[in-house]
Amino acid sequence: MSSRKSCAGSAVAAVMFAIVLLILVASTLFLHMDHIWWFPPAITPVGHQIDQQFFITFIVTGIVFVLAQLALAWMVFRYRDQGRRARFVRGSHVLELVWTTITLVIFVGLGVMAAHAWGEVHFGGPSPGALQVEVTGVQFQWNFRYPGPDGKFGRIVPKDIDASVGNPLGLDPSDSAAKDDIVVPDLYLPVDRQIELMLRSQDVIHSFFVRELRIKQDCVPGIIIPIHFSVSKIGDYEITCNQLCGLGHYHMHAMLHVLSQADFAKWEKQQEAQNAQ
Amino acid sequence: MSAHAGPVHHAEAPKGWIRHYIFSLDHKVIGLQYILLGLSAVTIGMILSLIVRLHLVWPNLHIWGFANGIVSPEDYLRVVTMHGTLMVFFVLTTVPQSGFGNYFLPIQIGAPDMAFPTINMLSFWTTFLALIVLLASAFVPGGSSISGWTAYAPLSAVGQIAGPGQGLGQTLWVVSIALFCGGSLMSAINFLGTTIDLRTKGLSLMRLPLTVWGWFLTACLALLAFGVLLAACILLLLDRLAQTSFFIPSNLDVSGVLLHHAGGSPLLWQHLFWFFGHPEVYIAILPGMGIISHVLSTFSRKPVFGYKAMVYSLSAIGFLSFAVWGHHMFISGMNPYSALAFSILTLVIGVPSAIKTFNWLGTLWGGRIHFTASMLFAIGFVSLFVTGGLSGIFLAQPALDLYLHDTYYVIGHFHLIMGVAAIFAMFAASYYWFPKMFGRHMDETLGKIHFWCTFVGVYCIFMPMHYLGYVGDPRRYSSIESVNYLLRLHSVHYFISVAAFFTAGAQLLFYWNFFWSMKHGKPAEQNPWHATTLEWSVSTPVPHDNFAGNYPTVYRGPYEYSVPGAAEDYIPQHIAPGLVAKA
Repeated sequence: MSSRKSCAGSAVAAVMFAIVLLILVASTLFLHMDHIWWFPPAITPVGHQIDQQFFITFIVTGIVFVLAQLALAWMVFRYRDQGRRARFVRGSHVLELVWTTITLVIFVGLGVMAAHAWGEVHFGGPSPGALQVEVTGVQFQWNFRYPGPDGKFGRIVPKDIDASVGNPLGLDPSDSAAKDDIVVPDLYLPVDRQIELMLRSQDVIHSFFVRELRIKQDCVPGIIIPIHFSVSKIGDYEITCNQLCGLGHYHMHAMLHVLSQADFAKWEKQQEAQNAQ
Repeated sequence: MSAHAGPVHHAEAPKGWIRHYIFSLDHKVIGLQYILLGLSAVTIGMILSLIVRLHLVWPNLHIWGFANGIVSPEDYLRVVTMHGTLMVFFVLTTVPQSGFGNYFLPIQIGAPDMAFPTINMLSFWTTFLALIVLLASAFVPGGSSISGWTAYAPLSAVGQIAGPGQGLGQTLWVVSIALFCGGSLMSAINFLGTTIDLRTKGLSLMRLPLTVWGWFLTACLALLAFGVLLAACILLLLDRLAQTSFFIPSNLDVSGVLLHHAGGSPLLWQHLFWFFGHPEVYIAILPGMGIISHVLSTFSRKPVFGYKAMVYSLSAIGFLSFAVWGHHMFISGMNPYSALAFSILTLVIGVPSAIKTFNWLGTLWGGRIHFTASMLFAIGFVSLFVTGGLSGIFLAQPALDLYLHDTYYVIGHFHLIMGVAAIFAMFAASYYWFPKMFGRHMDETLGKIHFWCTFVGVYCIFMPMHYLGYVGDPRRYSSIESVNYLLRLHSVHYFISVAAFFTAGAQLLFYWNFFWSMKHGKPAEQNPWHATTLEWSVSTPVPHDNFAGNYPTVYRGPYEYSVPGAAEDYIPQHIAPGLVAKA
């Protein structure tokens, strides 16, 4: 390595690094602040909490990201081979202690702050009087079941599952509680009311995801997983499957229709009337 | 440190071509075999990733090798599954550890070979067989598995009725991974035995090059993790072939068929898989961390900043890696209270990772940086590691994972930190050690062009994936047409695909450089980088027993660069203090 040759190569590489890292930092900051590709607005109270936590995390990691990339660019530029001997340093206990402590406090601090939003979703149950809906994933569609006027979900008998005769969930015909159950391929919910979804699967693992709810939850065969929330905004939202469930995974899709309480009552009546026929 | 009584290793290389190149006991040949195996796997894996990118942007494009030229949804999942499996197991696990590790660990510790040469050969051929079985699964009726590289049960457990590829194809996938586990376990024992027993005189633990620390700790992780995956694979095979129900619960109705299994738990597979799977991430990256420290020090002409902190942080990462697997399962239905514990532990593992980053920056600080191709990749690694690491801080929080889990955000994250960063370490290692392996240099100018194209290219591929994730684009979707909110993402997917083709094209420079330079590269001196560790103390090509009978004594730590008072800016480990020229 003749030192003159490596000097000549030095400046080019050092400047290139500076440019590429600057572009990386600038474009990343721009795209995170301009929100061209971004989350849709949240429609649940916990959704806003989660967005808040995301924002805090973004600020903290954003600062670290910018400082670290720029420090790298600067080091590489500043200490390119200019013919002088390198500084002989083995390290510094003080520095090790400082950056270990700072990162530990920041990282764990973020984790502790985030625990609250998670607790809202998963610790404790819904408030009394919540509307219960059962969500069932099956290759490759969703079924939503409401208990009907009696307020009770009927028994399910797996051997009776037969979508071709209109019984995709296998409701037991001999169970009177099952007769008035409403089964539909889209999810209808009233606004501003506590909801409890009970997620299950008939075959493989699926995952229930509505972006605006900020909730994703796997539907695991063999267990029933409850989630609860209340929606504050009327509208139509898309439900997708987010856990690979087979070749039709990408089109396992349904709609969430959030209705006013009056419209929801009307819809429920309509379904019950249909069931009675 | 009973250095030279250990393995039976004749000073003369075997004469026969087959004993020398095929069923070789020589760690250097086995290392090269692993590297070539990885190079084959990465080539196939990269072509598969290009098919993924083509299909997402031009779904009607005719592609050779598919029925009617069209990539069907199940073909797409086959390709994704095969890509992931090849890359994680046969590239990221294999090349940095079994490839470069096999070649250089014995030389760097002053040993004639690995502790168990025959087991070494057996590990390679077991791994080779695993690769053949995996590739063969593409040619059986039903094709290869569509269940992803994570093979979640029951999709992977219930057989053909769950979808095409879930019959024999999935069985062969499980057999392949089980074989791979066997090969990796044998290899791990070998690495541990070698590092503990065969170090030469004077080479105490705190004088080991950080590469050796990386390989040693990786072997500890592999020994503990692959055993669990092997067990999980055997249970899955039993579920598939012997009608057991480890992972299959009662009353499953798959494709209209009521199954007779009862009592199993799909989450058990995930726990076993990720108990392996998370240490696996570090199995892929710890050797890379060692290599990067080594290269940064060499070309900054400075000792590694905070050598002991580097050793302790590597060990801390290794230890903690067994306590964070639950962060892959926040939304799986696992107990939500345990999510908090896994979350905090995951954030804590970020601390030793940050320590390493600070120390890498500290190594550059005040240095005299030589921008060789190897060094460029090492600097690029640090940038990628920062970027990929910070997105991990988001995913480590279960509240944020509620949204980001299984979206492209995760794909962007792990490709940067596990995939591309580890591959940058392999490139750095290739340009760095090529002169010792083949006696010639790779072309530096081509290497630098290769670096800049790759560095810019991978950022253009994987940064936009984070934005796809913000919009909620789920991974493993063969088409985004069924979901309205995804339709506007076409332009981003298009950009990523173009970047992927550009980056893949740039790799042709590497292939050309690698194979052309073996024969025609600039001849290399014994120690072209003026480096300090033992591999540069031996002649090139390296003698069959590495040191031609003259085993070195080590007098100092591994990174004595720019020591005040010395004439040269490097003092090799094996030069006796009295023989170091004074300024």
